[in-house]
Amino acid sequence: MRFQDVLHSAGPQARHIEALWWLMLVVCTAVFIAVLAAVIWALLRAPRGGPATRPDLSSLAQPERNTHIVVVAAVAVSTVLLVALTLASFFTDRALARLGPPALVIEVTGHRWWWEIRYAGFTTANELHIPVGKPVLVKLKGDDVIHSFWVPNLSGKKDLIPGRDATLTLRADQAGTYRGQCAEFCGAQHAKMAFLVIADPPERYDAWAAAQREPALASVDRRGRDVFMQRGCATCHAVRGGGAAGDSAPDLTHVASRQTLAAGSVPNTIGHLAGWILDPQGIKPGANMPTTPMRPEELHALLAYLGALK
Amino acid sequence: MNAVLERTWRDAPGFVGALCAIDHKTIGKRYIVTAFAFFLAAGLLAALMRLQLARPESTLIGPDRYNQLFTTHGTAMMFLFAVPVMQGMAVYLVPLMVGARAIAFPRMTAFSYWVYLFGGVFLFAALLVDMGPDAGWFSYVPLAGPEYTPSKRADIWAQMITFSELSGLLVAVAVIATVFKLRAPGMTLARLPLLIWAMLVTSFMILFAMPAVMLASTALILDRLVDTHFYDPGEGGDALLWQHLFWFFAHPEVYFVFIPALGFMSAIIPTFARRPIYGYPAIVLSLIATGFLSFGLWVHHMFATHIPELGKSFFTAASMMIAIPGAVHIFCWIATLWRGRVSFATPMLFSLAFFILLLAGGLTGIMVASVPLDLQLHDTYFVVAHLHYVLIGGAVFPLFGAWYYWFPKVTGRLMSERLGQWQFALFFIGFELAFYPMHHLGLQGMPRRVYTYPEQMGWGPLNLVSSAGAAVIALSVLIFIVNAVSSYRRSAAAPDNPWGASTLEWATASPPPAYNFEQQPVVRAGEPLWEPIDEPPAEPTRVTGLAERTREVLVTTVLDAMPSHRLAYPGPSPWPFASAIALTVFFIGSIFTPWAVVWGGIPVAITVTLWFWPRRAESEANLAIEKRP
Repeated sequence: MRFQDVLHSAGPQARHIEALWWLMLVVCTAVFIAVLAAVIWALLRAPRGGPATRPDLSSLAQPERNTHIVVVAAVAVSTVLLVALTLASFFTDRALARLGPPALVIEVTGHRWWWEIRYAGFTTANELHIPVGKPVLVKLKGDDVIHSFWVPNLSGKKDLIPGRDATLTLRADQAGTYRGQCAEFCGAQHAKMAFLVIADPPERYDAWAAAQREPALASVDRRGRDVFMQRGCATCHAVRGGGAAGDSAPDLTHVASRQTLAAGSVPNTIGHLAGWILDPQGIKPGANMPTTPMRPEELHALLAYLGALK
Repeated sequence: MNAVLERTWRDAPGFVGALCAIDHKTIGKRYIVTAFAFFLAAGLLAALMRLQLARPESTLIGPDRYNQLFTTHGTAMMFLFAVPVMQGMAVYLVPLMVGARAIAFPRMTAFSYWVYLFGGVFLFAALLVDMGPDAGWFSYVPLAGPEYTPSKRADIWAQMITFSELSGLLVAVAVIATVFKLRAPGMTLARLPLLIWAMLVTSFMILFAMPAVMLASTALILDRLVDTHFYDPGEGGDALLWQHLFWFFAHPEVYFVFIPALGFMSAIIPTFARRPIYGYPAIVLSLIATGFLSFGLWVHHMFATHIPELGKSFFTAASMMIAIPGAVHIFCWIATLWRGRVSFATPMLFSLAFFILLLAGGLTGIMVASVPLDLQLHDTYFVVAHLHYVLIGGAVFPLFGAWYYWFPKVTGRLMSERLGQWQFALFFIGFELAFYPMHHLGLQGMPRRVYTYPEQMGWGPLNLVSSAGAAVIALSVLIFIVNAVSSYRRSAAAPDNPWGASTLEWATASPPPAYNFEQQPVVRAGEPLWEPIDEPPAEPTRVTGLAERTREVLVTTVLDAMPSHRLAYPGPSPWPFASAIALTVFFIGSIFTPWAVVWGGIPVAITVTLWFWPRRAESEANLAIEKRP
């Protein structure tokens, strides 16, 4: 599956850039072949020589007029091609700036090593949902070090720099799941700082957003909730409607609805969730999630609780 | 050999003599050998990284170690190998090629070598004790700042930069002074070999670029050591400031490596095409243009930050424009080959590979110069491929060519052509295997600087090919070492001018004596060893009248190289070495406490004062020479 690929564009931003890529590739390949052909031709036609061959000094006495013309022409052609490619780049740039007014604004904050994603009314992590066919404005904020937001199938990247907020607009024209990944080196777990962008038809997106806006179910297993509150989880994580309000780690209000854990490190299954709770440093060495040893019944209750947070 | 001159100019023998040495050939060789050792060490780190990346989700090397590996690899390759090796080549070759007795400011040059050596050893020592820098060779803040790298790792990086800035600047000054003031009489600027032009342009670029990184890294050290807030956005500092200052230096830095390589090409191609270079003035202007333009490109490393779009467009245009002087070079070389009589000795093979590899790297450079395209390609493996095509294809291949080319001059021994061909073939194949697939990996979305990747991304097979390529490169480098060592020990003695080249370094013995030329030549043509002097010369062909029993050099004018005056030249001295030791203590100490700046300054002041302390006997001897040569 090509869900993180520059050449499989699924939206206008990536498509403009892909078109520019093919143009550049064709022009550059042609130049590459032409120049190498000239080198090979020169080498083939030149007679062989050696250290003892008398150097040919004739060019010092009289200028090589024909060679002059060819070299100047070659430089001129190169310059024209470069100007053409520069203009193509500028026009692509202009096209990228014309996506239209956004239908949705999402605020993304880069943390070491996960993505905080805020919609109007709720917060989630490591998973953006967007409606197909509508321009989306992504506000990018840096919180600790510099990260870079990149979903190659949809758009080019943009850095999240502390103290300098940025924005990015994108639109998905095909429904599907696209993967993004932090593209600016950000320390130990730069490699495991991925996220998903799920582009749904507008009505499905609306249903998802409505579900996310709800607080966590109140009727969940109390024992699991107690473990969550007592074993330190709530210090960092929030569960809206569940009493936990930590704000230095992903919001878990609807964690069971997400596809991956630990910013795309592992799929969100009950086995991986247990592994992530018991041994986060084994899965993602250096991550801020501490190892939390637990009795089996505690773990069971916690997994049941988290698994119910749909 | 002239025994009197030899006694006057040679360094003292023995261990102490080696510490006091100031002969530019000795220092140049030290630079080259040391840089090659760092190349091997940094290459080994690359091999470890390729081992880790050969398959998905490998647990061979953890993130902490991996980040130290890639940071040290990049830092060492740029700061300890690529730039110093080119400067080492300049220290060795420039005085010989301009027909000088010696380099300008020899003690300073010796001092620069010691500073460079200690800085490099310091970096690798840190890596060995698990204190290697791990914030990337670009060391972006805030990651490298006090909050996110609380250990000493970032300080070690920043201080290593200080060492290499200093040595780089000193060599640049020595090279510029040598080219401007110590050329053989008659070697006007219009007769300067192209390699010398390249080294001159590079040296000026170093003078203008290094202060930017010096400022940047000093501010970083201050942020870390004494809690200033240059880069702390929370306190009114700016994280982006670092990137501007760093790339204002680091983009030209690529050209510190590339421009000398252009010079090697312009030295090797005419020799093996048996005719003078085509388009000398165009190439000189292209070198200078490249030097200027390279200062106008730095923002193309920052297209993903939110600098205003119009500003970025300017840097796209500038980045595209620098391809033009490159194109001028390539077309002039093709024109040189076109009507030449070509032979395919090993130096020529490496030079011809440049056409393929640098051209490919230059064309991908045009792609990443475009803002929109770069937004997709930036910080992916596509850029890793691009930069290795440019740096290895555009600089290391010509450098190997240069080593084969000048090895007979430096050692007096010919290298094995057979092993040379094997090394070339393996290096070329290994290089393509290792780096070509990275273009595809980048387009498939693989970011740089990741210690591992999930299996379902499908990047495994291409990474495996790339790792196999790295093994082939390692084999080829091994063959080079075998070739160099065995040739040095047993190969046939080299004649003075084994390739039939035209420049002055081939006019003296192989290896050159301590005094370079028994009598400095007077240059009467652009290709001094090729162009016959027909009519009886009105001027002398050799410089006579310089003292033989004391060190004396002839200073010439900047433009026309007319004899200007005689200059008493300094002798060997232990103080450059002692000063470098004192400075090393000062630099390393200041990582740990700001007080080292206070107390460490005292030994530095003492050693430097002693270095420049005038000695009565010396002054009187110089005075006597001045009155009566």
